[in-house]
Amino acid sequence: MTEQQALYNYCIHLGDNALIQSYRLSEWCSNAPILEEDLALTNMALDMTGRAQLLLQYAGTLAGKGLTSDDLAYRRNEPEYRNDLITELPDADFAFAMVKQMFVSTFEYFLYSALKASTDSNIASIAAKSVKEAQYHMAHTTDWVVRLGDGTDESNRRAQEAVDALWPYTAELFETDDTEAMLTAKGIAAELPLIHTRWQNYITGTMLAARLELPANAYHHTGGRKGIHTEYLGHILTEMQYLQRAYPDATW
Amino acid sequence: MSTEIDFPRWEVFTQIKPGANYIHAGTIHASDKKMALQNARDTYTRRGEGTSIWVVPSESIVASNPDDHEMLFDPSNDKIYRLPTFYVMPEGAKAI
Repeated sequence: MTEQQALYNYCIHLGDNALIQSYRLSEWCSNAPILEEDLALTNMALDMTGRAQLLLQYAGTLAGKGLTSDDLAYRRNEPEYRNDLITELPDADFAFAMVKQMFVSTFEYFLYSALKASTDSNIASIAAKSVKEAQYHMAHTTDWVVRLGDGTDESNRRAQEAVDALWPYTAELFETDDTEAMLTAKGIAAELPLIHTRWQNYITGTMLAARLELPANAYHHTGGRKGIHTEYLGHILTEMQYLQRAYPDATW
Repeated sequence: MSTEIDFPRWEVFTQIKPGANYIHAGTIHASDKKMALQNARDTYTRRGEGTSIWVVPSESIVASNPDDHEMLFDPSNDKIYRLPTFYVMPEGAKAI
């Protein structure tokens, strides 16, 4: 595999994570507990859409077939999607959404902090923009996780159930493969073990503040990077891609 | 939703550029100071309107009664010498 193909895969992986998170966050539009939080979550969704657009656009350029970000977002099937499984899980309740976003945004904060120093200038500039967004997403969702965990009996129960359900999906965020190792060796991709340590420290601190416990189980789900997804991604794509599938090349 | 969420109200003031006055932007609901700042940010600075935000619990604002308008404000109406309109502006002074 050439470096260009490896970089394409890397951009698709990060771009798909942003795109699918954007979809799940946008589902909260008009459904959040208060109006202000509704705005907060849709703001986040828009941040993710912007990031997905940049990454998929770059991937399209690397593919060199005149592919646009829209082509990549709306005309790939599930097995071609490379997002981590945690991003596609449906939100059981508000606590689930907050815990999930805190896990992922914390990962993205440390990831994009590292990628600011990427030797690929496009990745570095996307990271410089994304890290500011991720820092806010992390702060906002961390506050909610602490409020819910350290709140009432019911909010604590719901937050703990979310942690238990989501934990087995977190290890996938730190998986790497030969393709990525090639990029890491050249300083293009980030060193994930280092990021994993920082992430683990932050999460441990947050759980303590929130009176929540991390499960001890060792089993972890995986597959997103190979295109093996949960049943939920198909439902997401059915809705997200409907218009481009029904009316190919539609413009407005 | 079965339960009504009744968070306290906060008044939001935003500053458009460093050094400028803080201007009232509107009102939000939040349960604590941190949430108030975040909700203010998400509600009133989404299009890059601000460099800084103040949030103040609405109950901390003491407001004058509109019925007292005459007593409070009318006496100043006929005292134009209180207005600095008789001075010549120095050339080049912009922020006056």
